Amino acid sequence: MLDGLRTLDCSDRLGWLAGRMLADLGAEVVKIEPPDAGVGASDWQAYNANKRLLRLDPGRPRERAALAELLAHADVLIETAAPGSPLAELFRPDALRARNPRLIQVSIRPFGADGPRANWQASDLELMAAGGIMSLAGEPDGAPMRVGAPQASLWAGAQAAVGALIALAHRGATGAGQQVAVSAQAAVLTALAHAPTFYDILGEVPTRCGEYITGRTLTGARMRAFWPCRDGHINFVLYGGVAGRRSNQQLASWMREAGAPLGAVAGIDWSTFDPKPLTQVEVDELEQPILRFFAGLTKREFLESAAAREMLGYPVSTVEDIAADPQLEVRGFWDDLRSAGEMRARHCGSFAIVNGVRAPLRHAPGEPVELEALLAEFGGAGVRAPATANAS
Amino acid sequence: MTTGAQALAGVKVVEFGAYAAGPHVGKLLANFGARVVHVESRRRPDGFRLEYPPFKDRVPGVDRGGCFAHFNDSKYGVTLDLHAGTGRELAQRLLTWADIVVENMRPGVMRRLGLDYEVARSVNPGVVMLSSCNMGQTGPRANTPGFGSQLSSLAGFCGLTGRPDGPPMLLYGPYIDFIASTMGAAAVLAALDQRRRTGSGAWIDLSQYETGLHFVAGALLDYHRNGTVAARQGNRDEEAAPHEVYRCEGGRWLALSCWSDAEFGRLARAIGRPDLAADPRFATGAQRRAHAAELDRAIVPWCAAQDAERAATILQEARVHAYPVNTMADLFRDPQLVHRHVWRRRHHRVMGERAYCFPAFDLLDTPGEITSAAPLLGADNETVFREFLGLSAAEYEACQARGAFQ
Repeated sequence: MLDGLRTLDCSDRLGWLAGRMLADLGAEVVKIEPPDAGVGASDWQAYNANKRLLRLDPGRPRERAALAELLAHADVLIETAAPGSPLAELFRPDALRARNPRLIQVSIRPFGADGPRANWQASDLELMAAGGIMSLAGEPDGAPMRVGAPQASLWAGAQAAVGALIALAHRGATGAGQQVAVSAQAAVLTALAHAPTFYDILGEVPTRCGEYITGRTLTGARMRAFWPCRDGHINFVLYGGVAGRRSNQQLASWMREAGAPLGAVAGIDWSTFDPKPLTQVEVDELEQPILRFFAGLTKREFLESAAAREMLGYPVSTVEDIAADPQLEVRGFWDDLRSAGEMRARHCGSFAIVNGVRAPLRHAPGEPVELEALLAEFGGAGVRAPATANAS
Repeated sequence: MTTGAQALAGVKVVEFGAYAAGPHVGKLLANFGARVVHVESRRRPDGFRLEYPPFKDRVPGVDRGGCFAHFNDSKYGVTLDLHAGTGRELAQRLLTWADIVVENMRPGVMRRLGLDYEVARSVNPGVVMLSSCNMGQTGPRANTPGFGSQLSSLAGFCGLTGRPDGPPMLLYGPYIDFIASTMGAAAVLAALDQRRRTGSGAWIDLSQYETGLHFVAGALLDYHRNGTVAARQGNRDEEAAPHEVYRCEGGRWLALSCWSDAEFGRLARAIGRPDLAADPRFATGAQRRAHAAELDRAIVPWCAAQDAERAATILQEARVHAYPVNTMADLFRDPQLVHRHVWRRRHHRVMGERAYCFPAFDLLDTPGEITSAAPLLGADNETVFREFLGLSAAEYEACQARGAFQ
């Protein structure tokens, strides 16, 4: 859909996903890395698939001039240059705009472009802390937890891609590019759902509750979300209301059909079940037979039966489980690419199916492009003629 | 060169969606000037209006909830009875009016309502439709119902969160829904650009599960390349050490990490323990990771004696990665978020002044804005159907009499 959109991705981890998303949507994305930068790590490979790689040393005047030339003909620049770095000088918005008024410059920083802490250092851990999500994950009396795979850069990259494309819509209408400024800390706030509204409306501070959910009963009783099973855990909740009714009824019939002891489950009329008045003792009593039943299931058995019964709930997957999921196979989610010097590697495919087609990834991560070739490509007639006269 | 107009001025969006995954797409577009109409019915309002707290004064009510408000600011709210003839005709007229249609029903529901992409395209050939659901529109489990909080388990997030010897952890809400909504917003904007250039519309099938997997793509690739199965590891990292949270004076937590021996040396000096940098147990990253528990014991007392904000400031001045773990309350006073005007207060007719969350990006020449509080149920029926769709007063009243707006 973004065919011919020339995108230069000069970002570190904070911007990788932005470039990858534009590439998945059809843009021609070139990742730029210094000659000595390592590109073998799985994260680099995953988020720089579908882009070509240009090795360029911005410390050398000739290569800096070449990058400036590429920027003069680019549609989108994604950059994360730290203030004071050689690239930051090259990416001065006024200079870029003077040369290429149509350029959309996406500038991603850990804490945004300015402000009292704009120059603070942050990795994923500090950004997840600063964005609030860690305060909501972990044991109630224990330490706040982050997700074990870096997330903040992905929240930043995804928001950056949306910003770039909103700027592209504006350019389509006016011909004018502009700068889009992104804060990774603020991007993490996207992950909080409506948790901040408890503080804004009631002055309450939602916090972490481990493997349980709270706030479903008026007695303060906690209800289990994670249940041990034969090969891991299952996420299932005894919801009330319309949402829970079918799932709870189906679980009870499943247990009955399997000959499992029903205990307190037998006495519940699920069509009127309401967890709100339950005490902790009652919740525990209800959960005991379910705990025993789930303990005998595998994750795959739960996934398949729950889907067939249209029950809410999913197993807690590992990457190994995900890799074997037939749903993904049938939808052609995986894309096998051969990188230079590597065996075939299985990547996440384009993130959307458009008009029934998932666009195949066009470039293996690290597929090289030479500077001269790219200059010739960019210097040639633009695929994207301006819709209106430049507003410069 | 500010144009004055917002970037998406003139873009028309209609949402047949509820909860988070659909409405958050519309919010992102509305904050940059798109005209977004959120469709509900009086019989079945958006589930976020009533199903979850918080409510003003703790009293539930369709116009009293923070959960709905959080994802629906800057939009127009209408009610239509999609099961009645007139309501459905008006819904189809909205399909004709819109540039972008967003829906997050279970697969097949839009078809049953006569509002699917084929119908939309027949009345509006260039329309862009985003269909977002748990598993995508196809595949053996396409019809699985699901909540994002549980889908976050299937996509690997919960299993990667928590102590190695403990259970998986929830990530509070439907974490994965917001991955889908953000990526979905990018997809509809790309389709909009294609339409501008070619006139062609698009139907986008977005699986919330698959978008979530893009947030663990490195771990998935690591499995496919090397057979490595990532496991939860508390707050530890494979490269940095220390890489942990520490309790500070007053109970707040501080996140800190060191990514080189030099940075660890700066940490040691900043916390008044220069001896740590000379200790062979902590000489290299590998050594520090191997002796992580002893390292923590050395750092804990300094943190325990400091306020988290002050500790972070001291460490950042020493060029050490550090930040307090913000709670939901802290987010409203964090100096950096305050500086960015992340929270923007708008007046809601029932809830009063409420804070709405601005996106994490802004366009410097055509800035976004929270243009209004979230709509009351059906508040904009007249504006949308008379002004936007052009019904005459008599037509509007006739629709009303036939129960179209129920």
